[in-house]
Amino acid sequence: MDINLIVDSISVLAHGVFLTLSVTLLSLVVSFILSVPLSLLRASPNRALSRSVLAYTYVFRGTPLLVQLFLVYYGLSQLTVVRQSIFWPLLREPFWCALAAFSLNSTAYTTEVFRAGILAVPRGITEAAQALGLSRLMQIRLIIFPLAFRMVLPSYANEVIGMVKASSLASTVTLLEITGLARRMVSETFAPYEVFLAAGLLYLLLNFIVSAFFRTLEMHLAHSPTSNSRNIKAGPKSSKLWPLRQAIDKRAHTKPDDQPSIRSL
Amino acid sequence: MLSFALQFFNGLQITVVLALVSGALGSLLGLFVAMAKLSKRDVVALLGRAYTTIVRGLPELLIILVVYFGGTAAITALTGRYVEINAFAAGIAALMIVFGAYCAEIFRGAIMSVPQGQAEAARSLGLKPWQIWLFVILPQMMRVALPAYGNLWASLVKDTSLVSVIGLTDIMRVAFIGAGSMRAPLTFYLVASALYLSLTSMSLASFRALERRIEIPGH
Repeated sequence: MDINLIVDSISVLAHGVFLTLSVTLLSLVVSFILSVPLSLLRASPNRALSRSVLAYTYVFRGTPLLVQLFLVYYGLSQLTVVRQSIFWPLLREPFWCALAAFSLNSTAYTTEVFRAGILAVPRGITEAAQALGLSRLMQIRLIIFPLAFRMVLPSYANEVIGMVKASSLASTVTLLEITGLARRMVSETFAPYEVFLAAGLLYLLLNFIVSAFFRTLEMHLAHSPTSNSRNIKAGPKSSKLWPLRQAIDKRAHTKPDDQPSIRSL
Repeated sequence: MLSFALQFFNGLQITVVLALVSGALGSLLGLFVAMAKLSKRDVVALLGRAYTTIVRGLPELLIILVVYFGGTAAITALTGRYVEINAFAAGIAALMIVFGAYCAEIFRGAIMSVPQGQAEAARSLGLKPWQIWLFVILPQMMRVALPAYGNLWASLVKDTSLVSVIGLTDIMRVAFIGAGSMRAPLTFYLVASALYLSLTSMSLASFRALERRIEIPGH
């Protein structure tokens, strides 16, 4: 074990951190945006809607990400329609293929995570929101989604960590992120221990940052005035109806076209 | 195309054997690590915690590469000449390490859910420690662990596709070779997806059936 080589490897592999992070973060952003409406459909009482979203999540959660990545990267080029479409300049690039595959995969997992949260929102709260005349969109924005997101935060944190790890698969489509650079270094130096140890340290560091971030966020949300956490001492804020009361208050004090915002989200 | 059907069948066998062997070994490893994590000796508990934290924070692909290239380097250093280690053994070892870490977490939670009094009662009846584990704790914890454990098996099946990177001819590798030689990547990867989807579905369905079988009515 050569300490100098480990230090050298870390400085080389650090160049891949940017690519790892950009693939991870971009696919997380895309999957978050897509999975919010999809999870609402998935949790809806309408069977046909729920089933069709389930078909998507079931297939994407039931097959390996590597197969999905290769389907996008190698498979789509077989279709003439794709080669002639305006997306072709993008889908020829490994970066955008990886991003597309990771986003679709992550959307499937995130949708199921959010669905669990939406179904866990107590029925009485949504009924109360209805009774107060909040529109469906307002109910979702102010009541259902903030509560659901808080409940599934630990599972969502796991999904984010999973995404950081999954980004290593981008190395199989020639992208030189951390794992890609590490594989190239190993074949050049044949010093697998030092190089992979360096890569492992970088991944552990990234995941440590992610989990610390979510722990802080969880703590922050637990102490925020809209929390539904049971750990807080009794008082008006400990009531499950507190977020609703706050939403109504906000609505009362704002002009009709001035939409209230969710502070802590 | 027909010749590839046979190759896919062989690949399917490799994938299934790989999953079953590494899953079985990984479950044993996970059980021991879970016991280590609950151990009263701080050093043992710390080692168990370090193992699960590190492995769960690393990409599975990286672990497979480390075991394969690291194993090759180790044997080369030991014997003095270049020896490439068996990709199958490396794949099983790597998947076992990954599965064991996740398993340990599930089993730890399940063991903690068995009331302390159960083990105490067993000891007062004169059962030896291994008998307490085998006859008292294990049967009760399995019921709690089963749903998460079943999901873990499905993800193990999917993770086996990563061993194609080190050259093992599993489903994924067969699809890769076929896609290249027949110039029909879409077809071959769709076949591979269908095979994986049926494997994960079967795994989930059998665990669901098992769950129902050992369910206590009214709980």
